[in-house]
Amino acid sequence: MQISMIVNGQTRTDDVEPRLLLAHYLREVCGLRATNIGCDTTSCGACTVIVDGLTVKSCTVLAVQAQDSRVTTMEGLSAPDSELHPVPAAFRAEHGLQCGFCTPGMVMAAIGLLADNPDPTDREVREGLEGNLCRCTGYHNIVRAVRTAAAAGPAASSVPSDAQVTA
Amino acid sequence: MSILGTRVVRTEDPLFLTQGATYTDDLTDERLSGALHATFVRSQVAHGRVLTVDTAEAARASGVVAVITAADLVDLEPLRGYSFVAKTMVRPWLAGETVRFVGDPVAVVLTEQRYQGEDAAELVAVDIEPYPAVVRLADSVREATLLFPDAGTNVAKTFGDPRPKDFFDDCEVVVSQAIVNQRVAPVPLETRAAAAYWGTDGRVTIWCSNQGAQQVRDQITEWLHLDDGLVHVITPDVGGGFGAKIGADPEFALIAWLARHQGRPVRWAESRSENLVGMVHGRGQDQTVSIGGRRDGTVQAYSIEIVQDSGAYPWLGTALPSLTILMAPGVYAIDEVHGSARSLVTNTTPTGAYRGAGRPEATAAIERAMDLFAAEIGMDPAEVRRRNLLPAFTEPHKTPTGATYDSGNYLAALEEVLAAAGYDDLRREQALRRDRGDVYQLGVGISTYVEITGGEPDEGGEEHAQVEVHADGQATILTGASPHGQGHATGFAMLASAQLGIPLDKITVQHGDTDRIPEGGGTMGSRSLQQGGAAVHQAAGELIDLARQRAARILEANPDDLIVDLPLAGLSVRGTPGTGISFADLAADEPLLVDSTFRAAAATYPFGAHVAVVEVDTESGKAEVVRLVSVDDAGTILNPLLAEGQRHGGIAQGVGQALLEEILYDDAGNPLTSTLADYPFVSATELPSFELIAMETVTGMNPLGAKGIGEAGTIGSTPAVQNAVIDAVAHLGVRHIDMPTTPMRVWRAINEARSAAEATGTES
Repeated sequence: MQISMIVNGQTRTDDVEPRLLLAHYLREVCGLRATNIGCDTTSCGACTVIVDGLTVKSCTVLAVQAQDSRVTTMEGLSAPDSELHPVPAAFRAEHGLQCGFCTPGMVMAAIGLLADNPDPTDREVREGLEGNLCRCTGYHNIVRAVRTAAAAGPAASSVPSDAQVTA
Repeated sequence: MSILGTRVVRTEDPLFLTQGATYTDDLTDERLSGALHATFVRSQVAHGRVLTVDTAEAARASGVVAVITAADLVDLEPLRGYSFVAKTMVRPWLAGETVRFVGDPVAVVLTEQRYQGEDAAELVAVDIEPYPAVVRLADSVREATLLFPDAGTNVAKTFGDPRPKDFFDDCEVVVSQAIVNQRVAPVPLETRAAAAYWGTDGRVTIWCSNQGAQQVRDQITEWLHLDDGLVHVITPDVGGGFGAKIGADPEFALIAWLARHQGRPVRWAESRSENLVGMVHGRGQDQTVSIGGRRDGTVQAYSIEIVQDSGAYPWLGTALPSLTILMAPGVYAIDEVHGSARSLVTNTTPTGAYRGAGRPEATAAIERAMDLFAAEIGMDPAEVRRRNLLPAFTEPHKTPTGATYDSGNYLAALEEVLAAAGYDDLRREQALRRDRGDVYQLGVGISTYVEITGGEPDEGGEEHAQVEVHADGQATILTGASPHGQGHATGFAMLASAQLGIPLDKITVQHGDTDRIPEGGGTMGSRSLQQGGAAVHQAAGELIDLARQRAARILEANPDDLIVDLPLAGLSVRGTPGTGISFADLAADEPLLVDSTFRAAAATYPFGAHVAVVEVDTESGKAEVVRLVSVDDAGTILNPLLAEGQRHGGIAQGVGQALLEEILYDDAGNPLTSTLADYPFVSATELPSFELIAMETVTGMNPLGAKGIGEAGTIGSTPAVQNAVIDAVAHLGVRHIDMPTTPMRVWRAINEARSAAEATGTES
């Protein structure tokens, strides 16, 4: 069936199987392969993207459910050759990533977390990211990165195509 | 100021944080256009005879190109995998006669599209007559059922001799304990994936997620009986490995075989539930430790007897008890040390390397034993350790088990971590809570450790590097190490930059392509910096020598008068900086390139000490790690940011094993933890932020002075946390709790101790 949505600011129309997961749609139809799939039980959060201002695990949403939505993936955060968005910038500064597989989902989840709570404590960051698993960092530097990003203010919880993430 | 030793942020990150890394399943290489998708059909029975594999209905399903079973693999001999595996315990590529674990591949469905494979795989009807399943090691020992009747035994390998009968005769006190170092899942966030393409030249290119392309190339060449030179392995970005991606997996070779069979490229990316049964598991040792000594706290003798779970087919895990025995005495001066082991097959997923790979099992055992000994003689566990640590040494020290420790200062590590943790204050707080009978009791756990990293000269102790400076001022480093998150591109560029003066943003580090880099040992055993980095360092030094000869001709100077001019990124005559010639200019007419192989003098032995502080809810049994303080001494640190990241990740995996994680099977061999909804992968909420203390005791085994840091955190943290949980409830009469120290286990231990105390009429 035909679906239409705005992905990273660009309107797309595609013909897809009704059962196609949003994660696979983004990766294989849109060619946006930053979004990773790390499990099959909605446990790991590697596939987290922002849909209409809300963070969602795109392995648990059908592409057709995102009809007419605005979808942002990590590729949509930082324009090429421009400065990094404050959240990825903080992940770099604090060494909040190693193998990078959880990172796109972790970054998107962090943006949603900061939209909900612009100045979280360590504990609040840990609870806010409980649904995103990382095997490399022990979360230590991810927590620091999110708190560093919080210092950037509202820009940290914004995505280019949706000025402000709601939560 | 030198860039070495500074907190340089990673050069890898801008791409990783914008477009993302490119893992095997992300590849859009045109050689893979039109690739078939492979979907494995795996046994859902732990042990049994394959009666029929009916592929007819699957073959008719939409998009199905072929369904391959054992009957199609006539040109392939069963897989031995590693040279230590007995020929009677070989592994079928696809099970045609016997299945030996839930997850054993039985068939492969090849489809045009990914989803079609999942649909069709469900239509393959596999009829299996069950045999009794050998699930627990205790069942395997009994040998009532043999996994490989032709072998006549379930024992895949043995290590060491039985303990002499008089071993503990001189000891006043002897304590013994059965300990389970449980089976856990490595769970790199990227599951296994592979893709293969055969060129018209008869060569196969295989992309796969692994920790060392050269080893994968050699294994697949051997397994598929191909001539040398026909296999080209490319390692894209790798989403974590932790030891479980060492070497080729059988599926990788099979994907290559299928691509040839079909005359089309084939790709495969497993799901997580497939990964949790199909990828090797780690640990899996049943240990019996015995420790003997005097009541003054002196430990005189220590013994560890190991039963290692090999899983259904002997793989790397089978060999790991050798490392456990080697490292058995740990940091202690113990006169008599005994270790022996048997590796046994069971109807479970094969075991392999997982962060630490045999060494965490050694440390967990002796650190538990030290606490048991301390409890038995009524001495503080820190004090018992002080009395038995090897004194500081800078000359190699030979241990009773045959290891040669390079350098160590164990007491300093222990005292540093105790001071940082505020050990005495913690004990006072603990005493107050015990006196008050608080529901939340405090536990303080100590571990001191030493481990082995890198390799001996003839056993993985060498690494290859190429350094080239181009005429445009850029430099390229080729390395045989193989990063999967560690930051080699940053670290190795730092090493070259420090010697050549070329800025980091002009240095490219490449790895994982066996045509470009034919020799390499990959990344495992915490070897990359001390061997791969040392090779880059050595190659850069040799490049300077080469440049010096060229510059001497051009500048009409004596080569001995030419010195590196870092701001110039070139060479100048001594005393006249800025007047020389750049490396880039020296590359104008002919390549300025050096290939070099670094050979380590010997393996290195990083060490450290951890203190874990836990709170245990004595009503529910739930333990929470509230502090984790660590000293991890890995010699000279190149980049503290990267080294700390390695420690953080390692510590977290150790806490995960100590508190939460365990692969479980029911009595029929059905996995109970085959999704991330069931397997308790440690999350952010279950961890504190860590308190790291820096300490650097250099090694003389390489010119960098560096030891390995990749696995140290896991080795140190696991027993510290386990000891802390037990310590929290020790005053209630609890002596030991196996990992994972789940609420159920802790609650049960408390209640059993109380019941025992009531039965004997004693107050606890």
